[in-house]
Amino acid sequence: MLATLAFWAFSGVLIASAFMVVIARNPVRSVLFLILAFFSAAGLFVLLGAEFLAMLLIVVYVGAVAVLFLFVVMMLDVNFTELKQGFLSYLPLGAIVALILAGELVMIAMTWQTSPQAEALRAAATPEGMSNLEALGLILYNDYIYFFQTSGLVLLVAMIGAIVLTLRHKSGVKRQSVTAQVGRRREEAIEMLDIKPGQGIGE
Amino acid sequence: MTADMLSHDLSLLTPELMLAGGAMALLMLGVFLKGAGTPRLVHLLTIGLLVAAGFAALFLTGDDGQAFGGAFVLDALAKYSKVAITLAAAVALLLALPYLESEKLSKIEFPVLVALAVTGMVMMVSANDLISMYMAVELQSLALYVLAAFNRDSLRASEAGLKYFVLGALSSGLLLYGASLVYGFSGSTGFNEIAIAVAGEPSIGLIFGLVFVICGLAFKVSAAPFHMWTPDVYEGAPTPVTALFASAPKMAAIVLLARVLLEPFGGMIDQWRDVIWIIAVLSMGVGAFGALTQQNFKRLMAYSSIGNIGYALVAIAAASQTGIWALLVFMSLYMISVVGTFGAMLSMRTREGMVEQISDLAGLAQTNPGLGWSLTALMFSIGGLPFFVGFFGKFFVVFSAVQSDLLILAVLAVLFSVVSAAYYLRIIKVMWFDAPEVNFVQPAMSIYWVTRVAGWSTLLLLPALGWMVYRAFSVGLDVL
Repeated sequence: MLATLAFWAFSGVLIASAFMVVIARNPVRSVLFLILAFFSAAGLFVLLGAEFLAMLLIVVYVGAVAVLFLFVVMMLDVNFTELKQGFLSYLPLGAIVALILAGELVMIAMTWQTSPQAEALRAAATPEGMSNLEALGLILYNDYIYFFQTSGLVLLVAMIGAIVLTLRHKSGVKRQSVTAQVGRRREEAIEMLDIKPGQGIGE
Repeated sequence: MTADMLSHDLSLLTPELMLAGGAMALLMLGVFLKGAGTPRLVHLLTIGLLVAAGFAALFLTGDDGQAFGGAFVLDALAKYSKVAITLAAAVALLLALPYLESEKLSKIEFPVLVALAVTGMVMMVSANDLISMYMAVELQSLALYVLAAFNRDSLRASEAGLKYFVLGALSSGLLLYGASLVYGFSGSTGFNEIAIAVAGEPSIGLIFGLVFVICGLAFKVSAAPFHMWTPDVYEGAPTPVTALFASAPKMAAIVLLARVLLEPFGGMIDQWRDVIWIIAVLSMGVGAFGALTQQNFKRLMAYSSIGNIGYALVAIAAASQTGIWALLVFMSLYMISVVGTFGAMLSMRTREGMVEQISDLAGLAQTNPGLGWSLTALMFSIGGLPFFVGFFGKFFVVFSAVQSDLLILAVLAVLFSVVSAAYYLRIIKVMWFDAPEVNFVQPAMSIYWVTRVAGWSTLLLLPALGWMVYRAFSVGLDVL
């Protein structure tokens, strides 16, 4: 009962916020609604028992992708009202394409067949008495450890490559040296001079 | 996975672990050591690391077997290729050091990227799963894209890097598309399981998938009609990087292609043999006729490498133990000659800087007889003139094709070999009979010795080759 209620609530919010992403006039609002949509989708994943995917959605999409969108929207001077001007004139054509796509999806759904043995053949079914986070971890760090570590190496190469090809050390820039600052002593910094009145320090 | 299993699996991976761990350690060393000599130190240590990894592949990996649930395989083919790849990369690094220092490109990242690329290559020759195949290919290509553009202030090098990257990404896409089709129609990513699925009546989906996988890998070995990137990238990339491109990655990719075709898809030989047949003939043709009009030495070597990959594909089309043996012999001899030739190319330095036109070689035999003789021997060897070692490389390839009843392919291989001899002879003609125009400055010791040793080895390796033939045919072949 509660799960059904939660499902309707999450999917309702998801659809509503997805709609708002498209029609909001202010792009910053669009991005914020997008974040709300991601959160609702994460809720749906939790209801399905896929906690890991839910977590991933929030960490990756909300934490990284959406924030990046926000940065881009705020930093680039894109006039979104201008972009949307042709909306009404393109509406009929767009509607036809959307209808065809929807029809195709319905046709696929109607002819979809699942083999009776498919359930038993799943490569990685969640074992009994184990959360799917645990099961995923076991697969990732046991069976797929070789692939996992290799992908780590690929990412390392990408990082080194980006640094090699873009980083330029500028010479002649004064940088703050914290150790030099902290290590400075009173004797080096202050010199006591005996100045007679009317003489100044000019030598 | 128990501790015993893990230690067994890891012992098979000794060279890979050494290379990956060593590359990271050297990166740390290079970052934390500050001083003018650091790049040189890291460079020399990386050469040591590569040689050590080659020895580890030969002596420390223990018995053959599979690791990580069949994702990784170690057999005679993998072991031999690993030794050849690490040594070729070590020699390429040896050639690179004086070049990088004189061109002010010496950075610690260069040797580290080479070490990581070699990690990818040694993983490629041991790949026994579609995922490990793709990951290894990506690891080596990504490092090579960066190396191609390493001279980032040069327009040509940046163009080469970008071109290589875009076309390489396209080929990775083809490879992945094929891999996903194969997975979908065989039900597994492991080569062992795919072999079982292929043994029955092969479905049209599997054939489609296989063709895409072949296309993706043909890009990596630069076989025609997927060769368009090769001349531009070879010309634009820094010369020692090109020396690396033409040797170790070629070996890794062609061995991977041979394994994919003969092990998981061995049951579909009737389907893929025609594809390989066509690619081989096209590559030999493009290599032979494309090189005839080239004026730039590096572009010429690019076409030469396309042509030579064609001969390697002839050996794969033979699809026999003899064929694989011939492939390994041919590729090893080719790598030795290529490294020597690039050493000669790196010796082409005048007071103004590097030159790379064929006309700059004019009269080399008079001005620099040692280099002239070495380059002459190397050109004879790559061209396959009897009785240099390169001739026997091609001879075994043709022999394996005849043995597998591929007579037309064998005849075409010989004909294209004759055509391609023309441009190797043209270089020799320029060296010996044209009037000298430019004087080269004395090259660095490492370049000097690599060129001389490679030059001499075109003749001195003949007894070793004879011994290999004797062993191969008296003990029997069991490479795969």
